[in-house]
Amino acid sequence: MNFNKNVGLLLGGLLWSAVQLSAPLAHAEFKVALVLDKGGRDDKSFNSAAYNGATQAKDEFKLLLKYVEAGDDNAYEALLRSFAQKNFDLIISIGVAQAEAVKKAAEKFPQKHFAIVDATVDLPNVRSLLFEEHEGSYLVGAAAALVSKSNIIGYIGGMDIPLIRRFEMGYAAGAKKINPKIKVISNFIGVTSDSWNNPAKAKELALTQFNGGADVVFAAAGASNAGLMDAAEETRKYAIGVDSNQNWIKPGRVLTSMLKRVDTAVYAACKDAFNNKFTGGVVRFGLQNKGVDYAVDQHNEKLLTPEIRKKLDQLKIEIISRKIKVPDYYTKK
Amino acid sequence: MEVIASMLRVATPLLFAALGGMVSERAGVVNIALEGMMLIGAFAGAAVAYTTQSPWLGAGAAMLAGVFIAAFYGLIVIQLRANQIIGGTAINMLAAGLTPFLSKIFFDVTGNTPSLPMEARFQYAPMIAAWVLVIGAWFWLKYTPSGTWVRFAGEKPEALESAGVRVNRVRWISVLISGCLAGLGGASLSIFLASSFSRNMTAGRGFMALAALIFGRWMPIPTAIACLLFGFADAAQIRLQGVVLWGAEPVPVQFIQILPYLATILVLAGFVGQSRAPKSLGLPFKKG
Repeated sequence: MNFNKNVGLLLGGLLWSAVQLSAPLAHAEFKVALVLDKGGRDDKSFNSAAYNGATQAKDEFKLLLKYVEAGDDNAYEALLRSFAQKNFDLIISIGVAQAEAVKKAAEKFPQKHFAIVDATVDLPNVRSLLFEEHEGSYLVGAAAALVSKSNIIGYIGGMDIPLIRRFEMGYAAGAKKINPKIKVISNFIGVTSDSWNNPAKAKELALTQFNGGADVVFAAAGASNAGLMDAAEETRKYAIGVDSNQNWIKPGRVLTSMLKRVDTAVYAACKDAFNNKFTGGVVRFGLQNKGVDYAVDQHNEKLLTPEIRKKLDQLKIEIISRKIKVPDYYTKK
Repeated sequence: MEVIASMLRVATPLLFAALGGMVSERAGVVNIALEGMMLIGAFAGAAVAYTTQSPWLGAGAAMLAGVFIAAFYGLIVIQLRANQIIGGTAINMLAAGLTPFLSKIFFDVTGNTPSLPMEARFQYAPMIAAWVLVIGAWFWLKYTPSGTWVRFAGEKPEALESAGVRVNRVRWISVLISGCLAGLGGASLSIFLASSFSRNMTAGRGFMALAALIFGRWMPIPTAIACLLFGFADAAQIRLQGVVLWGAEPVPVQFIQILPYLATILVLAGFVGQSRAPKSLGLPFKKG
């Protein structure tokens, strides 16, 4: 009996010292967590961009990177808390749906660093990464109008939220700048977060717009964008991709992509945190610092002729120098 | 014209799934697992169509996968006589979790499959197949002995058993057919309407099919018409978005998008009259 007790104590002691030993080792590594939204790591768009940025930082600074994809909107807070409890140094939330969860978690863990894309959380340990989507959308809208022969272009939004309306507003304004008489057809996939993952519905909307006379359609719909690409391929018309460079998905059918450099924003957040230079507050990414842009590569250089590109670059300069004021859905003017 | 084409396309996965649900429910087994069976079928279809570059092999794989998951369902609810609602819910949750897991193993992506080129997806075949099946199911249930067995298994299983036909065998086969059709429904989503599998891409279509089935009073032709109605509501909804009905502001998207469901409720409540389920639906059969 006595012997057993001693063995028990001994084992317990060993276990305890093992825990003690492993703790400092874990601290030596810089740990970054990435909480993706429903689109998932491989949406080829928004989340893919975030993941690529984080992976780049991981390779460069030898970080420990963990990513999760939230199955439903109620999972965010629990995920953020568990990462904070596991001593992750920087926790990055992707998507406006996580704003409330980040606020709660960041209040609870003031020593931890958080970053969130697409929303403002006003706490000293949170960096809010905001993009001027309307500026980039303005440029691709202008590109659509320059290419359109039917004078009808389309827009497909994912979930109907202000952020996605902001894309729409900039896009329509850019198109009207080139051709005041152009018609912009606009549809939304849905009003729930399932909308980011419904390519069949996106394809149906795109076919409707193409058959209704549109010859260029822009979609800001996460993983649902695949449906637009298929519709453009089948009807032999043009698509415009979003967030990541999607020109490669259907070479020759994707006019351009509205780049939203979530990757650079995420990379910079990792880099700053790693170098102990992390700051809270709002960081804005616009045309000026190449946070948004239109994409040109080998897949679309034939579609975007030098004249078109020249026109777009001229518009870009005018937006940066405030000669053109792009209407912003957030401020409604 | 364009609305009709759109309606037919959107209704296709619903048709397959609703027919699948019908076979199972007419035999007396509730099938709320349609959603999960479709999801598994959608994944298997897209994965095999991508690997082999053949939509037909994809469809075959989707049918097999549907049968496989239906066999699991049958084991739970027929053999072990578990509650069919709970068993069905379990299958749905299993499918939602299993598909991203498998995509990670096979393609190292989370929750979707690589996209299919045009040659590896269907252009219109599933649309035709669905309507052939509707007519086939109508004829089968009405005029063939095995169709009669299925109906009796759901209405008066004791009578069927005393006539020398094994009720549970009939139910087993019906559930397997159900899985096969629901799998096809899923495949028509991933290799016909879309060009890859994506996470939870069924987005409630299994339940829509179930509603169509109830709305169609468990009969093939009315059920097919109900599917068309849902398809029409969806297609019309697309066209109504952004339309200005009065004043200067367009009707909000939120309102337009509830129209299909509103139509369903109104039709179910007002026009269909009493919808009568098979008498022994949901009751496990135990030889007396």
